[in-house]
Amino acid sequence: MLSQEDRRLLYILSQDCRLTPEELSIQTGLTPEYINKKIKQWEKDKVIVKYGLLINYEQLEEDRVTALIDVKVLSQRGQGYDKIAQRFQKFPEIKSVYLMSGDFDLCLVVEGKNMHEIAQFVSDKLSPLDLIATTSTRFILRRYKQDGIEFHGEEEGPKRLMITP
Amino acid sequence: MKHYLSPLATSLKPSGIRKFFDLASTMEDVISLGVGEPDFATPWVMRETAIFSLEQGQTMYTSNAGLIDLRRELSKYMAKSLGLNYSPENELLITVGASEAVDLAMRALIVPGDGVLIPDPSYVAYAGCALMAGADIHYVPLRAEHDFRLQVDDLQLAYTPNCKVLVLSYPNNPTGAIMTREELLPIARFASENDLIVVSDEIYSDLTYGGTHTPFATLPYMKNRTLHVSGFSKAYAMTGWRIGYVAGHPDFIQVMTRIHQYTIMCAPIMAQIAALEGLKAGDSAKKEMILEYDRRRRLLVNGFREMGLSCFEPLGAFYVFPDITATGLRSEEFAEQLIKEEKVAVVPGTAFGPAGEGHIRCSYAYSTQQLLEALERISRFVKKRLS
Ligand SMILES: Cc1ncc(COP(=O)(O)O)c(C=O)c1O
Repeated sequence: MLSQEDRRLLYILSQDCRLTPEELSIQTGLTPEYINKKIKQWEKDKVIVKYGLLINYEQLEEDRVTALIDVKVLSQRGQGYDKIAQRFQKFPEIKSVYLMSGDFDLCLVVEGKNMHEIAQFVSDKLSPLDLIATTSTRFILRRYKQDGIEFHGEEEGPKRLMITP
Repeated sequence: MKHYLSPLATSLKPSGIRKFFDLASTMEDVISLGVGEPDFATPWVMRETAIFSLEQGQTMYTSNAGLIDLRRELSKYMAKSLGLNYSPENELLITVGASEAVDLAMRALIVPGDGVLIPDPSYVAYAGCALMAGADIHYVPLRAEHDFRLQVDDLQLAYTPNCKVLVLSYPNNPTGAIMTREELLPIARFASENDLIVVSDEIYSDLTYGGTHTPFATLPYMKNRTLHVSGFSKAYAMTGWRIGYVAGHPDFIQVMTRIHQYTIMCAPIMAQIAALEGLKAGDSAKKEMILEYDRRRRLLVNGFREMGLSCFEPLGAFYVFPDITATGLRSEEFAEQLIKEEKVAVVPGTAFGPAGEGHIRCSYAYSTQQLLEALERISRFVKKRLS
């Protein structure tokens, strides 16, 4: 179990991973040494897997689309979901693979330049796989919020008065 | 037309904050650390509940004392979180902010000429409300060398036999100070010995960092002597809703409710409904805000200390109160020059009373980015004056 301090540390780091141990120390009251040790340990244990960046590509007007592909698999003797998922995760086009509850079994998040490219990927690479029964592809049209960040929030929130008692 | 006005009303001085407000609002690009309210919006669960209640047409008056469900839930919360036991039936009154509660307390207790002991510096409304009730005000200085904790010696000096009420306010605005149980005990003894009623404004009670809050009414024999004033503005980020409450002896609450009945009728129903939801389901949102304040608090205290200013560690509310005497400036000069040169608005300590001289109040109800930018500007300003 994470202690409350550690949970807090991890949270602050997840909000801005550029903060140095010294800066984190100021904001949490933990010592830089402790923070350093903790971070090293989390990296080693694969708790911290990667230091990320959240990019709003819409802002760059780059061609880029994301599709959620729901997959129903044919269960085969000796092939559990874990095995099947491993086959999917090798494709570089597939960014995420989730085992899901509900009508489908797996959900794949696929990125490509445009719809055509993803359609091509589905028909050329995925459909021929003998472990797929059916797929259903949905494209993300617009990102309003991701990882807790609102992309199209109102420019300015309601104004507070400058000075209040 | 001035001669029509009541001399009592015209004796009210304009708030010391006004001047800086006027200055700041004419400028662009100002970063203000001058705000006494959260930067968060009210937690969504609470807003959503209020919106739904409006859709349902819940737009009527409530009972004068406030929705009984809210008083019940409040009573439970006070018992669980504060160790205070007040009956929802006759010991609790829902008000239009802690502000109204302070006003009612003064009106209910003060006979013109009665003395009211008010800490200096302190939140600006106490003296105003006491004055309007006809009180004779006795300021009790809070001292930096005691981290702005009220000392019995200072109380003793300010006390005269006509004193009836003592105003207490911890966690404190503007200093961020708190007082522990041990430190409050002598104050309680003093109140008993001198038969004082204590109006204890504990609106920041949920916003403490590191220490636990001691409600004054939990001290020995203090429950009957205390009017516990609080509200939802700070901990639930509800300043604009106007909702607070006061708890105390049924005799006091009855009379205060009567004044409230004639002047206010009841607190706004949508605010009451949102507050009720906050007590039921707002805990995690509240805790998150508290953690965030704590982080900013550390950032700001550290920032001022790195500039070479002494800054005692505030353990409550969302203010720091650094000592700026090392710059050779008085509080007002500091605040005025700072906003003109670096476009950072802070409130001079003297806006809260003469004993605030030598200090400025900075609020950390701002994002860490804004705080860092403000610190950089203040640091530049201070550096020029220290060398
Ligand atoms: C100490 C203190 N008491 C009371 C208030 C007013 O609270 P309310 O919004 O509940 O009227 C404030 C607001 O700044 C405050 O700082």
